[in-house]
Amino acid sequence: MEQAKIMTEEDLNRTYLRFAHQFLEPYDNPAQPAIIGMQTRGVYMGRRIISIIEHKFDAKPDFGVLDVTFFRDDFRTKLKMPEVKITEIPFDLYNRDVILVDDVLYTGRTVRSAMDALMAYGRPRSIRFCCMIDRGHRELPISADYVGLQIPTHADEEVLVKVKELDGEDSVYVLKGGGKYG
Amino acid sequence: MAESIQNNYVFSQKHLLGLYHCSADDIRYILEQAKNFREVLERPVPKVPTLRDKTIVNLFYESSTRTRLSFELAQRRMGADVVNFSASQSSTRKGESLKDTIRNISSMKIDMVVVRHESPGVPYFLTRCVDASIINGGDGAHEHPTQALLDMFTILQHHSDLYGKKIAIIGDISHSRVVRSNITGLKKLGAEVTICGPKPLMPAFVNALGAHVSYNLEETLAWCDVAMALRIQMERMGAVTDLFPSLREYHELFGIKRTHLEKYPDFIVMHPGPINRGVELESEVADSDRAVILNQVTNGLAVRMAVLYLLSGGIRV
Repeated sequence: MEQAKIMTEEDLNRTYLRFAHQFLEPYDNPAQPAIIGMQTRGVYMGRRIISIIEHKFDAKPDFGVLDVTFFRDDFRTKLKMPEVKITEIPFDLYNRDVILVDDVLYTGRTVRSAMDALMAYGRPRSIRFCCMIDRGHRELPISADYVGLQIPTHADEEVLVKVKELDGEDSVYVLKGGGKYG
Repeated sequence: MAESIQNNYVFSQKHLLGLYHCSADDIRYILEQAKNFREVLERPVPKVPTLRDKTIVNLFYESSTRTRLSFELAQRRMGADVVNFSASQSSTRKGESLKDTIRNISSMKIDMVVVRHESPGVPYFLTRCVDASIINGGDGAHEHPTQALLDMFTILQHHSDLYGKKIAIIGDISHSRVVRSNITGLKKLGAEVTICGPKPLMPAFVNALGAHVSYNLEETLAWCDVAMALRIQMERMGAVTDLFPSLREYHELFGIKRTHLEKYPDFIVMHPGPINRGVELESEVADSDRAVILNQVTNGLAVRMAVLYLLSGGIRV
């Protein structure tokens, strides 16, 4: 299988730093936006951004973890039932500005289910979406507010965002022939 | 040593007939998943749309409060369409056979059946009649898998692991399906089980259950980490009323009392319900903070949601 590294650790660190600034730009108070990481890689990305905000702005925005398995519309087309992971939102969402963080934006179905899932926890004032890679091929009218890197891909390719905590390295790869129809 | 779920593990059961048919990993996986469903119950909107395309029939040939309510709530919390059937208000009284009933119900396009019946083996029989997933909600004195799963889940909230844990099951062993499922499941996860009760309430081939047998409550309570009392099932004893002299004598010899809690400060008290206060448990014991009985009921909901979710898979590998 062919693979190409499209982002290195250094690239990613720069992007995380940019995200931290972009998240805070509209607000006077750096703790105003709440950040929610989507299982699994989005959680680690979210934590990374939070730690930058803590370090640079001396503020700790609320952080939550969201699993959208229950709200997906496509899980029965997969071979096995997806594993349900933990959801933990330890603050009240009412009237908050929420930023959802995920690794790859593809069809848009995961984000749609995430919005449904968030509504089950309360009524946020706004939801924005941040992803590391936007690879195109949307099936729903959804777009990201903060994008790390936009790359046109083919449907038979797979995009892998790796994080140190799980994969031992920070990087982004594109795999040829590993995708949905590969 | 305790083992964790293997990496390449896939949950591939279609039915839940009993824990006998589940591997240790199946059980671990259900319990692991149930944790996340426990969290769903704490949400402001404790409802998810996961089973909105599924229709489930609750086929109860035997009376039940907890199990039926718990299954029904679990189903509704996950957005399924639910139909309830109880034998007392149906064509069963007009003489329809079980097989005809289930085939009629299944022609109405249902996806899952939860069944409780007084005859052991009915859930297995149903798997041969219809395509739907069958969940055993208790069959005679055979198995009651979701009860055992929720018991294990509850124990795991107090102990990090079941391996090597000492579980005592006290009371009416011979009429209990809960005990059979629990022994099977607990042993698969490496726990030690002792059953304790008066001799007439022990089944004929008691050693075949694979648990230690004790006839002494004091000794058992001194040994155990968890004491699970079972209900004296008067309705199943039928004409045979000479199994023990009186409920009061039973309470004297095998009821867990407040003095026991003081004497042995470590064990937690469980009961599958309904409790006969003053028989299996002294009233103060049932209400004490060592009793996790109501917690068992909440956990039952989470465990049943997990089971429904896992069995609802479309394509099986």
